[in-house]
Amino acid sequence: MKPFTYERAKTPAEAAAAVARQPGAKFLAGGTNLLDLMKLEIETPRHLVDVQDLKLDRIEPTSDGGLRIGALVTNTKLAADTRVRRDYGVLTRAIVAGASGQLRNKATTAGNLLQRTRCPYFYDPNMPCNKRKPGSGCAAIGGYSRQLAVIGSSDHCIATYPGDMAVAMRVLDATVETVKADGTTRAIPIADFHRLPGDTPHLDNNLEAGELITAVTLPRPIGGTHHYEKVRDRASYAFALVSVAAIIQKDGSGRVAFGGVAHKPWRVEAADDVMTQGAAAVTAKAFADARPTDDNAFKIPLATRALAATIAEGRSA
Amino acid sequence: MMSEIEISRRGVLAGSAAAAAIAAAPHVEAQPAKALPPATMPVSLTINGKRRDLTLDTRTTLLDTLREHLQLTGTKKGCDHGQCGACTVIVNGERINSCLSLAVQHQGDEVTTIEGLGTPDKLHPMQAAFVRHDGYQCGYCTPGQICSAIAVLDEIKRGDPSHVQADLTQRPQLTSLEMRERMSGNICRCGAYSNIAEAMADVAGVDVKEMEA
Repeated sequence: MKPFTYERAKTPAEAAAAVARQPGAKFLAGGTNLLDLMKLEIETPRHLVDVQDLKLDRIEPTSDGGLRIGALVTNTKLAADTRVRRDYGVLTRAIVAGASGQLRNKATTAGNLLQRTRCPYFYDPNMPCNKRKPGSGCAAIGGYSRQLAVIGSSDHCIATYPGDMAVAMRVLDATVETVKADGTTRAIPIADFHRLPGDTPHLDNNLEAGELITAVTLPRPIGGTHHYEKVRDRASYAFALVSVAAIIQKDGSGRVAFGGVAHKPWRVEAADDVMTQGAAAVTAKAFADARPTDDNAFKIPLATRALAATIAEGRSA
Repeated sequence: MMSEIEISRRGVLAGSAAAAAIAAAPHVEAQPAKALPPATMPVSLTINGKRRDLTLDTRTTLLDTLREHLQLTGTKKGCDHGQCGACTVIVNGERINSCLSLAVQHQGDEVTTIEGLGTPDKLHPMQAAFVRHDGYQCGYCTPGQICSAIAVLDEIKRGDPSHVQADLTQRPQLTSLEMRERMSGNICRCGAYSNIAEAMADVAGVDVKEMEA
């Protein structure tokens, strides 16, 4: 690990200013992903601004009947919240499908959104990777790509966003609230938060330098049955090959987002529109522009089957 | 203070291809030309009921603090990347991977390690149950398994939901399935899982035979 200096900020604006002020500074929340990457020297911050004292650890109702989730609410606390379990079950389901109990106790809402890819070539500093080292190439293309993206990828990167929580937030139309170093705030729809790789795969999301996530808000509940179907190589504690976050209404209409398939949680409006026509119709729309590799082409029929299982579960609920 | 663009230029002069690409993409932090010297900080935390005041390199993980600075070697280093659970300790009542946490993040925290749970003369009930049910072979993962197992029973008692729960609005039940799912962050190379589950069931007061039926 490279040496770094460390401070604790007292307010969100102070934290944002501290990171913007120092070249190579980063925010530190739970640290479960950042420290892992620092040990491998994939992340080499010169200064860490610990945000644990910012009092962003509450879940509160919003004026329009939704919920505001503080950036530092842990995965464990968010999944266990009675309001989330009752009204946003897809979110609890997604969180408890990810990581381990130990990690969920430290991992935060904001940190989870910023989780970096688990592409094996990103993790191996001996391999070229445009995400880790811009311009160095992509060893995943033509390499071992079973886990990697089937859609939205580019000639520069086929990494996936690895998390589960954000896939549920995408289906819930959540909004990410931030504060910048100059103290101004903004609200970013989750659909616009993560980026596709394009020719800038080193950028995972649309945050500016020093911009700090303060909360994630959920709109008022939309009812329906909530599902998170995660398909992976072992029954627990593994990243998704494919995951399906869905909210299904009594008449069979609904919404669906897919995890494990792209550089961001994958949701296509035209696919939501055909939910009543069944899983194959939905994935035909959602994966119309897919560019899978020989290794991961299986993910598309797998997504159809996972969604079919989800729809069947919704019918019997 | 140097502007971001000036820092980027310095990176380009350092001559790496990565730095050249960074200069074209202003979003990326410039790679520093020189590493900083190690920084140290005072850290005070309570470990197994005893206050400890240390001065540590900021890079020191909680795990290395325990093992290398306090000679509390009961907590084990397995993968050092949060994948195996051998380093599990209980901090402010919650189990965490001590390898993925910096000591400086734990200013004022209360840490319980395997050494704080029981002694050879007076075992913690979970330690005694692991012995009784043969919940280990080589023993390397055992301190982490025991810390995790104790915390898991608390999490079920508190009503935290899990991946195997059918109805999220109900309280989780003390079943073998629940315990196994919640223990998935602790890997045992020797494969003592079924005996670990039996030890946990014993401590939880659940009939093991009934659970297996």
